[in-house]
Amino acid sequence: MGKTSKRRRLAQRLFLNKFFEYLFLAAILLSISVLLILVGDVLRKGLGSLDWSFITSMPSSRPERAGILPALLGTLWVIGLTALISIPVGVGTAIYLEEYANKRSWFFRIMNINIGNLAGVPSIVYGILGLTVFVQLLKIGPTILAGALTLSLLILPVIIVSSVEAIKAVPSSVKEGSYALGVSRWRTITGVILPMALPGILTGSILALSRAMGEAAPLIMVGAVGFVTFLPDGILDRYTLLPMLIYNWTSRPQDAFAQIAAAGIIVMMILLLITNITAILLRRKTQNRVE
Amino acid sequence: MEKRKRHQTEEKIIEIGLILVSTISILTTIGIVITLFYESYEFFMEVSMIEFFTTLRWAPVFDPPSFGVLPLLSGTLLIAVLSSFISLPLGLGSAIYLSEFASKKMRQLIKPLLELLAGIPSIVYGFFALTFITPLIRQILPDTSVYNALSASIAVGIMTLPMVASLSEDAMMAVPDSIRQGAYALGSTRLEVALHVIVPAAFSGIAASFMLAISRAIGETMIVAIAAGQTPTFTLNPLESIQTMTGFMVNMALGDIQQGSIEFKTVFVVGALLFLVTLALNFIAKFVIQKNREVY
Repeated sequence: MGKTSKRRRLAQRLFLNKFFEYLFLAAILLSISVLLILVGDVLRKGLGSLDWSFITSMPSSRPERAGILPALLGTLWVIGLTALISIPVGVGTAIYLEEYANKRSWFFRIMNINIGNLAGVPSIVYGILGLTVFVQLLKIGPTILAGALTLSLLILPVIIVSSVEAIKAVPSSVKEGSYALGVSRWRTITGVILPMALPGILTGSILALSRAMGEAAPLIMVGAVGFVTFLPDGILDRYTLLPMLIYNWTSRPQDAFAQIAAAGIIVMMILLLITNITAILLRRKTQNRVE
Repeated sequence: MEKRKRHQTEEKIIEIGLILVSTISILTTIGIVITLFYESYEFFMEVSMIEFFTTLRWAPVFDPPSFGVLPLLSGTLLIAVLSSFISLPLGLGSAIYLSEFASKKMRQLIKPLLELLAGIPSIVYGFFALTFITPLIRQILPDTSVYNALSASIAVGIMTLPMVASLSEDAMMAVPDSIRQGAYALGSTRLEVALHVIVPAAFSGIAASFMLAISRAIGETMIVAIAAGQTPTFTLNPLESIQTMTGFMVNMALGDIQQGSIEFKTVFVVGALLFLVTLALNFIAKFVIQKNREVY
């Protein structure tokens, strides 16, 4: 090979290198621009309808008068109840797996396979389970409680996995120090391990709950409705939620409903933003305390 | 002595309590399997498997009803395939850039944005598909129906893209730096290192991310319920209105169906099929990872 052809080959390789660098960068920029277009589109369509009375009014068949109050309260009820159910169960499971279970036992192995698979089950399948077990078998009916139980099962794998990671990250020296002082296993867990693992557990749980907040599919299966004109005031009430109301409005052909659907999406996204920021702040605050 | 004994029983009770709590996640799986397959069994007492798996008309609420599931399967397949045309190349491209080309600062800037994209609820993507992507498609191809597979697929592709990007990037970042440095020392360009060294080494992780994304696309519900239509059609034309397995289930749940009726059971039999398909994909993904895991 001559010197010039060698040089040409090098130039070619460097050109290809640059070319693909920009191609890969373009892939990322395309994804991010979709994010911007989506947010811009929702804001453009929805901001016009978003005012205080939109948040404090009942839904209505006349879009210019419709509001989201029952859906907003429904979301808060269901997500609040989901948190009360799923976090204790998820953290309890994580504690058992990390601190009690023999890691070579069949139970531990089955649990791990099981949690991995549950995380991949489509959310609508949880809806079918909820419909059969909670709504029909246990006769809870299409109520807030049934919705919260269903969502709890849906996000349980996420909470377990993040709690296990958080507990694992607690240095074993701290734990052993506690045992060396004669402290019992449960007291060590509640007094030493959980406080240190709390930031991770909370962050994981809040992120899981924010995922549940945007879910509609499983709740359609367990009988959440798209349109109600009363406010929920107990866990055995019928209910609607923000994603359900948005779905209901989106599936109507009139343009005015698309606009209030967009306004509803803005409210839901603000709620999601608040939960996510809370997760980040909580993590920071607790981290400082532990250190 | 007395106190110690009390402590011991207390500890034992707590341990048993924790075991009971842990079994909830196993009971969930058992519950799903029993629910789906019991009703499916009842369904197949009334409808033959041959009709279900080989005929081309899905009309369970019509008179006379007809139970050929292939239109729902083809609709689901269409969404899965079309969405992967977006999620797989863009996701992998993003992952290669993040792991092999981007500076640390760039990565810190881009990753949260991709995570944001992953955190958007699917109902929002559904709205975006119907009110933004569909009108755009119809401007270019005016014959497209209002509800069509293409629009939903694009939205599903965008939704699953961050998953491919982040899982593939994890796999590539896990390739030891020594291997990367070795290839650079031989005079390779970044591109050559990425394509000839890193991607092959991270192949199992990348393949798994592909399969999980496809599995997610198959189980995705709200986007297709909103944008893909409600007409079970045995077609591969992405501009037509179709129905997926998940779309059918939503449609039935919103309607008024009698518990125990044959229409009611179709929801379970379609759910069982959906469950089996996604489970199989997840298992294959896990198998690929374990089988091809490089030990460094």
